[in-house]
Amino acid sequence: MTNSWTDIKNADVVLIMGGNAAEAHPCGFKWVTEAKHHNKARLIVVDPRFTRSASVSDFYCPIRAGTDTAYLLGVINYLLTNDKIHREYVANYTDVSLIVKEGFSFDEQEGVFSGFNANNRSYNRDTWDYEIGPDGFVVRDTTLQHPRSVYQLLKKHASRYTPEMVERICGSPKEKFLKVCEMISSTANGEKSMTIMYALGWTQHSYGSQTIRTAGMLQLLLGNIGVPGGGVNALRGHSNVQGLTDIGLLSQSTPGYLGQPRESEPTFAAHMANRNFRPLMQNSISFWQNYKKFYVSLLKSMYGTNATAENDFGYEWLPKLDKVYDTLQMFELVYQGQIKGFVCQGFNPLLSVPNKAKLIEGLSKLKFLVSIDPLETDTVKFWQNHGEANPVDPSKIQTEVFMLPATCFAEDEGSFTNSSRTINWRWKAAEGPGESRNDISIVAELFLRIRDLYQKEGGKAPDPIMKVDWSYKDPKLPTADELMREINGKALVDIPDPADATKTLYKAGQQIASFAQLRDDGSTSSACWIYTGAYTERGNMTARRDNSDPSGKYVYGNWGFAWPANRRIVYNRASADPSGKAWSERKSYITWNGKAWGGADVPDYPPPLAPERNAGPFIMNAEGVARFFARKMMNEGPFPEHYEPFESPVANVLHPKMSTNPAARVFKADGAAFGTSKDFPYVATTYRLTEHFHWWTKTSKLNAITQPEFFVEISPELAKEKNITNGQWVRVSSNRGSAKGKVVISKRISSLMIDGKKVHHVGMPIHYGFIGETKKAVGVNSLTPFVGDANTNTPEYKAFLVNIEPLSGPVTS
Amino acid sequence: MNVQFSRRQFLKGTGAGVAGSAIGAFGFGGAEVALAQAAQAFKLSKATETRNTCPYCSVSCGMILYSRGDVKKGEKAEIFHIEGDVDNPVNRGTLCPKGAGALDFIHSKQRVTRPMHRKPGSDKFEPVTWDFAMERIAKLMKEDRDANFVEKTRDGVTVNRWPTMGFLAGCATSNEAGWLTWKAVRGLGIVAVDNQARI
Repeated sequence: MTNSWTDIKNADVVLIMGGNAAEAHPCGFKWVTEAKHHNKARLIVVDPRFTRSASVSDFYCPIRAGTDTAYLLGVINYLLTNDKIHREYVANYTDVSLIVKEGFSFDEQEGVFSGFNANNRSYNRDTWDYEIGPDGFVVRDTTLQHPRSVYQLLKKHASRYTPEMVERICGSPKEKFLKVCEMISSTANGEKSMTIMYALGWTQHSYGSQTIRTAGMLQLLLGNIGVPGGGVNALRGHSNVQGLTDIGLLSQSTPGYLGQPRESEPTFAAHMANRNFRPLMQNSISFWQNYKKFYVSLLKSMYGTNATAENDFGYEWLPKLDKVYDTLQMFELVYQGQIKGFVCQGFNPLLSVPNKAKLIEGLSKLKFLVSIDPLETDTVKFWQNHGEANPVDPSKIQTEVFMLPATCFAEDEGSFTNSSRTINWRWKAAEGPGESRNDISIVAELFLRIRDLYQKEGGKAPDPIMKVDWSYKDPKLPTADELMREINGKALVDIPDPADATKTLYKAGQQIASFAQLRDDGSTSSACWIYTGAYTERGNMTARRDNSDPSGKYVYGNWGFAWPANRRIVYNRASADPSGKAWSERKSYITWNGKAWGGADVPDYPPPLAPERNAGPFIMNAEGVARFFARKMMNEGPFPEHYEPFESPVANVLHPKMSTNPAARVFKADGAAFGTSKDFPYVATTYRLTEHFHWWTKTSKLNAITQPEFFVEISPELAKEKNITNGQWVRVSSNRGSAKGKVVISKRISSLMIDGKKVHHVGMPIHYGFIGETKKAVGVNSLTPFVGDANTNTPEYKAFLVNIEPLSGPVTS
Repeated sequence: MNVQFSRRQFLKGTGAGVAGSAIGAFGFGGAEVALAQAAQAFKLSKATETRNTCPYCSVSCGMILYSRGDVKKGEKAEIFHIEGDVDNPVNRGTLCPKGAGALDFIHSKQRVTRPMHRKPGSDKFEPVTWDFAMERIAKLMKEDRDANFVEKTRDGVTVNRWPTMGFLAGCATSNEAGWLTWKAVRGLGIVAVDNQARI
């Protein structure tokens, strides 16, 4: 989240799209209710289902699953053609005046950007950049008239998304769409703000990153980024999914969003050479210029005294990637028999990764599988026969399996980072059951045992293992307190004060208070630079429990610690106009007082830097301003474009020859497993129930009682067409498998006219499997396609094709 | 700073005072005393309160875990009730239907309580010791690493990667466990590491 849960109360308009906060994040949704009640905020919900979020909205607009990019581009087109944008914000804080290289183009008929090679569906991105002037900075035209200015290019690109086109693609009635546009545009003025709340309804598509980018662009046009009650707010799905992402447990990542080394960067110098953070505008800060300080501090935390300037701080020992081994890639390799061993540490991929048949086949090829989990999972029992729900023959599966008991949240201490980047400490209330142990001790012992084996027996390349710093008080059981101190970082030698060399800023061993003080000479450590400040000489800041709100703007800055730098709204310099004054009294947040920036929050800008310096509020970007034009950073192009899901009931009306995302992740064999609307005419989508959390609460009795079994939700119209009655058993099938469930006929689920053709939705909850207290089910991932987003490789769970057939059997309603 | 004192505990403290001293002070005499004696003790009044965070979605609602026994004092503690933490500025004491059932997760029948092992081709799990499990897993991992670790590419580029081992980290582990896991898996050279953020 750019903003915080509590900040939602500052919003005047709330757009929930690609999510259903009232059911999936109920206690966060409270802040929408607060905004409605105290701020007269209006709630808009755009969704294929009339969800419980929709039921308390001021306006609901239906949409076909998987067409959100087109919808949002339609809103952008409305704002641009009706001149409903926050002009001063857009002109000063975004890239609209920057000029793009000659040769960049978008082919409206073919649906591709310049540089496309149709033979291997790949792009040469050379033209996807700015024009650089003789002074080394980007060429600008502040009149915005230049045909290659980002403004003109964007306007032209979005112009195809008329209200009529939105209706043809999305099935959203034109008058409803226009009403939404009008409500959204009421915030384009600095007096009012809109927040956007989304979740997996946006991410789980083959173009999800582009949809979310489009939302960011929309908010920039309205001037709603960096302001109270604004922002693009990802409602993340797990208690610590934000934390684990920050800590870098992703194939291509390191702690703090630095890059895991690639094979093409065998030396630290080569790694740095690939990262040019040179400012692109005369005054911009380009904060990533500090990258090397963060990287060296990470390497010092990783390798301790073994990391020296002479050996590039141990960079050589880190594994170098030949490709990104994301979850889909991993299971493709498992399926091919190339990955032999597998550890699931609190993960149930058998139900959460698409195409269950492929997963069963893959897991059966593993030599060994280890599950570290408080609970039995479906994955750890994949080899067990559960009748229809898991029809396998154990005697034919040679995988050796271990199920190790881990403690749960209540039986361990440590911190979680919530969706709004706030790190909260938790305390232990009881010991775990039986012989269960916490994750820290399990990981530590496993690592130390392997290391001992290398010590005793020798083996291949022991150095990278031996050099890891493991100097904890009890190496077999490091404490959470010790580890959080290590994450924060410390001075490794006495560090002089840069302002006064006669003074010492830190004595060796002291905790560092700010990432601005990290150094690239090996004199500081910090495992995750964005968490620096979380555990300082003042103590564990994540354990703070002061819930006062001195500014009255719902900031709660002394509760826990929000990264970066305890900032609750990022880009908050943009809450003031170029001269440093608040855009409006109502939305005053961070302002310039003549000497320094200050206000309700920690400024996202160098505090003493005068507004006249005009460095731009987006200090992480080399331009200093926000980007409508993504340059080379998005795999399918610098502007978002509507592509159909890989399984769609219609061809792309804009460019039928390039119907789907040309850059999406598809493995060869999976391409053959896509179905067409001839055999599978209905658009399926998956969703969560308020009573359940993923595939986890099916093991909790209370939750299992409230929602005991899998079901299939269809509209009365489709039910009539297929002669299906409420409560009847049906079989839903895709080209990959099928699932049996009882039908719930409900008006919540839409049937829409798409380009003159009636399209029905079929909705299915995700939460069911064969382990736990709920009734056994095959799992909805038996149906879903193995295809991933072009940038994140997130699987396309939210829009695919199915057929539905009634089964004989008892009708229960 | 780490003291878990809160407005709620403060209120509880004053509440207990009402039952004792205040009765006399208000001058109602015997009737009040009799009533106070007849009333059953509030079941949470003797419980140990521990602040924690809901393990489910990322709102990260504050939770108060009520236990019999205080694990911090070395006592055996049994969690018997969970409430939303009213001091937490985000959830302000509320829990949703997911979090309200969290007690049943802690005491779930599906909790794993000892290491279990399934031999190739077997149709059942068998209990084993931690020592057996750790030794066996370490051995299997080392064997695979020794067989498949890539120190250098054919072109002589040092890459130090172990491409045949997969690791999925879970998003209900703490940041601290996450960092130690990163250290261990990257130290071993594992490249196929991911977490739920991907999906």
